[in-house]
Amino acid sequence: MFYIYCPHCGEHREEEEFHAKGQAHIVRPIDPAACDDKAWGEYLFFRKNPRGLHHELWIHAAGCRKFFNMTRDTVTYEIKEIYKIGEQPSVVAGNKLAGNK
Amino acid sequence: MQRYSGFGLLKHSLTHHENWQRVWRNPTPKKEYDVIIIGGGGHGLATAYYLAKEHGITNVAVIEKGYLGGGNTARNTTIVRSNYLWDESAHLYEHAMKLWEGLSQDLNYNVMFSQRGVLNLGHTLQDMRDIQRRVSANRLNGIDGEVLDPQQIKEIVPHMDCSDNTRYPIMGASWQPRGGVARHDAVAWGFARGADAYGVDMLQETEVVDLVIEDGAIVGVKTNKYGVIKAGRVGSVVAGNSGVIAKMAGFDLPIESHPLQAMVSEPIKPILDTVVMSNHVHGYVSQSDKGDLVIGAGIDGWNGYGQRGSFPTIEHTMQAIVELFPIFSRVRLNRQWGGIVDTCPDACPIISKTPVENLFFNCGWGTGGFKATPGSGHVFAASLATGEMHPMAKPFSMFRFHDGALIDEHGAAGVAH
Ligand SMILES: Cc1cc2nc3c(=O)[nH]c(=O)nc-3n(C[C@H](O)[C@H](O)[C@H](O)COP(=O)(O)OP(=O)(O)OC[C@H]3O[C@@H](n4cnc5c(N)ncnc54)[C@H](O)[C@@H]3O)c2cc1C
Ligand SMILES: [Zn+2]
Repeated sequence: MFYIYCPHCGEHREEEEFHAKGQAHIVRPIDPAACDDKAWGEYLFFRKNPRGLHHELWIHAAGCRKFFNMTRDTVTYEIKEIYKIGEQPSVVAGNKLAGNK
Repeated sequence: MQRYSGFGLLKHSLTHHENWQRVWRNPTPKKEYDVIIIGGGGHGLATAYYLAKEHGITNVAVIEKGYLGGGNTARNTTIVRSNYLWDESAHLYEHAMKLWEGLSQDLNYNVMFSQRGVLNLGHTLQDMRDIQRRVSANRLNGIDGEVLDPQQIKEIVPHMDCSDNTRYPIMGASWQPRGGVARHDAVAWGFARGADAYGVDMLQETEVVDLVIEDGAIVGVKTNKYGVIKAGRVGSVVAGNSGVIAKMAGFDLPIESHPLQAMVSEPIKPILDTVVMSNHVHGYVSQSDKGDLVIGAGIDGWNGYGQRGSFPTIEHTMQAIVELFPIFSRVRLNRQWGGIVDTCPDACPIISKTPVENLFFNCGWGTGGFKATPGSGHVFAASLATGEMHPMAKPFSMFRFHDGALIDEHGAAGVAH
């Protein structure tokens, strides 16, 4: 059970108010028509699935309905940091298994 | 292998059951195997069994980091059915169903497969249209199925609230009489015992920590306990940890690992002799032979490898169950747990070659792979034996996420389990 800080509301709220929306920082191809099948498939379907630190997108669905980012450990479930859309994470993985490709 | 029988039971009772043979050996590994299976869950063990039995390949090791069946196999809610929408998946799950029907005899091990029927409830007009479409598709594929109205459902499950006085009244259901449940750990143990009898080595408490790849082909695996063990072919069958093995091999999978929770109640007298699933209110329930209500629902939406989930998910599940069965509202829960499920974007598995030669993957079964255990092992064994994917496995290539030939089973098949 997570107790999550919404950076927009400036408050901690229970997990039920939020939805996890998967991997953060996915960049949409600038020219989608120029993508080959592999690049397009990877953009649509392939997600980082680290055993360790994960940067992910969340929405405060039953609150302000705004998106924000979270860095979380997928094994201990510890929330390492919350940061706004457009910002970069400050807690990043150092080792191979923890996730950065 | 010591065969089990009623007579054996009688004979061993004379020596107070102290002289039963061990169910499998605890071998020291060889330096090299023809095939190494990573992951000793039901699917890995079934693969090893059919490799030996159907293809005569017995120089095989199953490497398991914990104990056999300790992953999702012995954590699941054991629902078995084959009423999937699309031809590719319907064929695969029905192939498994046919193997289930003779499995206890084949393994000489009672997997307690009980064809008590599975109901998938519909609560909206769209649910009912989907159900009708799916049952028609099933019948065209030779899979048993019927569409029932609330009155007929009530006859099968008298304690369920089939009235109009609910938030989402039950409008009908699909009914697969051949569906049911099986005892999950017996499935793992039965396959392990069968494989062991052919000489397959089961290496428990041994983790694969890296792969040995030379010139684009796999030649062995590195373990934490025995160093490098060589192999001609390697099959990875590690469910939620598939992304970790793929990373060792240097490619990505379109798989995300999520916690999926389940729970059982205190044991009560027999009250439910079938399986009830609802996609819309989202919960499912059956009763085990011990008397516990076995309950589950959906994944926790965030990625996780921790084999546990959050409380709100349990609460939503219980709301659905109590809505369907008001009579269960005072029953207390006994235990609750989680597994790590490997979900794929199209809710179908990956049974596939990989960019690394001689390395094969079987994963992505997500929330619903228990029912496929014998079928999955059967087709994966054929693929590992010949080096070419079995025709039933071919559509489940990992490259479908590049060429677009997805097999969309989302929701189409009732609850995702
Ligand atoms: C709560 C829950 C309920 C479910 N309910 C149903 C249901 O009702 N019906 C249904 O059909 N399906 C259900 N499922 C899904 C089903 O359990 C799985 O799809 C299926 O059991 C997967 O089997 P497996 O053998 O592939 O994986 P697992 O049983 O998870 O086996 C994988 C094994 O690999 C091992 N492993 C991982 N990494 C390594 C490594 N590096 N080295 C060595 N070993 C490793 C693990 O320890 C594990 O034992 C449910 C799952 C859960 C969690
Ligand atoms: Zn907010």
